[in-house]
Amino acid sequence: MMVREERHLTVPGRFESLARISEFVIAAARSAGLDADDVFHVEMAVDEACSNVIEHAYEDRQGEIELTCSTAEPGNLEIVILDHGRPFDPTSVPQPAFIDPSQIDVMQEGGLGLYFMRKLMDDVHFEFVPNQGNKLTMLKRRHLAQ
Amino acid sequence: MNIETRQLKHVTVVTVVGRVDSATAPELEKKLHDLIEADSSQLILDLKDTEYMSSAGLRVLVSSLKLAKKKGGDLRLAQISTRVHEVLDLAGLTPVFHIHPDVVEAVGSF
Repeated sequence: MMVREERHLTVPGRFESLARISEFVIAAARSAGLDADDVFHVEMAVDEACSNVIEHAYEDRQGEIELTCSTAEPGNLEIVILDHGRPFDPTSVPQPAFIDPSQIDVMQEGGLGLYFMRKLMDDVHFEFVPNQGNKLTMLKRRHLAQ
Repeated sequence: MNIETRQLKHVTVVTVVGRVDSATAPELEKKLHDLIEADSSQLILDLKDTEYMSSAGLRVLVSSLKLAKKKGGDLRLAQISTRVHEVLDLAGLTPVFHIHPDVVEAVGSF
């Protein structure tokens, strides 16, 4: 029987924290038994999520980012990211515009982070918890051999 | 992240080592934009040792490509790692860049 494992990390909501956040989630994803591709996908989704928190929720204020990684079910990794910044509304983020290489001059450069998170993870859920802040829950399921 | 530049013929090769995330992307953007503004608009980014690139890094690649083209040059990519390739594919950006397997071929392509 797999023992449920939970890991926590609290870091200042600054870009300088991103490398430490990545080390933390890589270790948790490996420990959950994810393969190298899935570990990379988790690293990237969490990096994009925390970059958004720092850039938007903490744009005009300081605060901490609290991460919890847990193996909610065997082989699945759940990541909860909590911040105390401005409420984030995912519906306010435009879909990235896809790209005609000949139209590079008019290409938009935003919206990619959220798009990556949704592509790379099996579930992405945002909520705003009054008196707490933004709570993002993401799930990565271990792929079963074909 | 570490950035090194060298000149090969009329082309500037910029080697990026380490992580390009939201913490380091502004430094890469400044380096590339400074080079382009100083008339080195024929650029190759050697990404062999770029272990990680987030959407912040991709935005730098795109903004630098736009600026280089505006100046009559180009920003071409060489030796991109599997991970960086995956990220470019995911963003639909692969067709936007000239991608070369090695630096010598990339230099010859200008």
